[in-house]
Amino acid sequence: MTPQEIHKSLLKEFGEDVVTGANFEAKDAWIEIAPASIATVAEFLKADPQLRFDSLNDLSGVDYLEPDEKLAKKFPYEPHVAVVYHLYSFINRHRITIKVKLPRWKDDVEGRLPEVPTVSHVWAIADWHEREAYDLVGIYFVGHPNLVRILCVEDWEGHPLRKDYQLPLEYHGVRGK
Amino acid sequence: MGLKNRGSNVSCLVKNLSHIEFESASEVSRNMATQLEDQRIIEFDVRTDEMLVNMGPQHPSTHGVLRLLLKTDGEIVHEVTPHIGYLHRCAEKIGENLTGPQWIPYTDRMDYLAAMNMNLGQALAFEKLLGIEVCEKAMNVRLIIAELGRIASHLVGMGAYGLDLGSFTPFLYAFREREVILDLFEEVCGARLTYSYVTIGGVTHDLPKQIQMPDGLAALTGKPQGMVMTWSDAVLLFLEWLEKRIKEYHTLLTRNSIFIKRTAALGVLPAEMAIDYGCTGPVLRGSGVDFDLRRDGESIYTRMYEGYKFDVPVAPFSNRKDIPKEVILGDNWCRFFVRMLEVVESIGLVRQGLAKYPTAEGTHREPFKMSTKLPVDEAYLETECPRGQMGFYIVGDGQAEPMRARAKSSCFCNLSVTGPLCEGILLADIPAIVGSLDIVMGEIDR
Repeated sequence: MTPQEIHKSLLKEFGEDVVTGANFEAKDAWIEIAPASIATVAEFLKADPQLRFDSLNDLSGVDYLEPDEKLAKKFPYEPHVAVVYHLYSFINRHRITIKVKLPRWKDDVEGRLPEVPTVSHVWAIADWHEREAYDLVGIYFVGHPNLVRILCVEDWEGHPLRKDYQLPLEYHGVRGK
Repeated sequence: MGLKNRGSNVSCLVKNLSHIEFESASEVSRNMATQLEDQRIIEFDVRTDEMLVNMGPQHPSTHGVLRLLLKTDGEIVHEVTPHIGYLHRCAEKIGENLTGPQWIPYTDRMDYLAAMNMNLGQALAFEKLLGIEVCEKAMNVRLIIAELGRIASHLVGMGAYGLDLGSFTPFLYAFREREVILDLFEEVCGARLTYSYVTIGGVTHDLPKQIQMPDGLAALTGKPQGMVMTWSDAVLLFLEWLEKRIKEYHTLLTRNSIFIKRTAALGVLPAEMAIDYGCTGPVLRGSGVDFDLRRDGESIYTRMYEGYKFDVPVAPFSNRKDIPKEVILGDNWCRFFVRMLEVVESIGLVRQGLAKYPTAEGTHREPFKMSTKLPVDEAYLETECPRGQMGFYIVGDGQAEPMRARAKSSCFCNLSVTGPLCEGILLADIPAIVGSLDIVMGEIDR
């Protein structure tokens, strides 16, 4: 199926409140889904006989922000955090990219992580990928069975792939800068 | 094993003995005999405590700094929790602060056993984002290099797996062969492990014309040292020699009955589970899923392999008659055997590539400026690396440095299946299963 057909099929099932946008001109066509519905959409994407997206190739978080004030004027995106799901179907041999846009901080309070429902019950590999996105990008996956840091140590502070992340000055007696 | 439990066992035996005292001598001997014969009675009585065992991060058979936390009950492992991150070097954060060509040396250090394939994946992802198409010659050189890299990587995978299972010889043979490939790579780009050879727009240098035959190759083939020959002749000489050695590996490992006992019907990974856990590469094909990105991938990658003949080995290897009968689809042995067959396919691919090299048109490298601005767009591309599908996800924001440079690791996904795969197996089988996944920690932790 082409990205347009996948988009149509999602629109038919969920409507415009859930399928909030799409971009077919991008190198990898993507469809945007409302954060609250991502788990149900994921279940549909995997189960629907026309779609059958049985493989989650990649799940990653992206922090859209330009911390440099001079460059920020030219920055082409609105500041936000996105969770990107790269899906592939071994059965139907097609691929699609699903995106979820979140605020950078929940309720705009710095330090409160944005929340999105987990998809680890749909694709088992999402368990680890979500742990990594939580660890590095700082996205809270609601309903995840074991959302702990995976690459950084447990007591690490902050989320290093955030654009405004500051390297800690000191960690257990080791100087950072 | 707690002392208390042992005590209860002994008291149980004592009780039995005191009971026996009142019986006649013949009966006693008969009772003793039955007690000794039927081992199960004793085994059922041995109660053990659950014990937490740390395997790694320095254990030699964990392929780097992997820590497995095992919950064991005697010899049985109930739960395996992998702990990773000991080799985390912030490769993605570094990538966000460097331009594409500057980031390539960092991809070398991801899967350091197949650095050429990592370079290729990264370069192709940037080319996809920028809409660059490299010319025929660059593709040809890339294919030769990538497939040689695959052979070198699978040789280590095979040797290290033998080492995991306690056989030292194949490891030494594998390293002897790999050494020659490294020598040949050194002639191409000057580096032996971290090449940074494949770059955006092509490869950094053309293949060398005349070289002195590497000493290692001369010693192996019995040719005089210091012979001057073309690089492709040296590769062909090596491949011819390597092809004959593969039979030896099969004798040493594949059809070795101890090896079969330790790998066949163990760590069985069904196809659905493999897909669910995002397993790719030989792990996925070992479970019977016929999928290889060199054939089924995106056109920017498969273009390289157009006009080349190669098979994709997939378990249960229905066209082969020499599969041991103990083997089950998706077990350790299948994963291992897929790699062995891939080496043969790669040898064929390198030969075809070298045959096409003299007539390949174009230049080996299109000029690419370091300061080229990336478009406001994003591209995700997976390539078939020796260990699975390595993906690069690049988001551009109009500057030369990508806004997000993500490296999706194939070993990361392959390792995530260890937990469910190792439930309820014997402790000694853990290295056999983890080794069959052929992981490299540099790629998992990035």
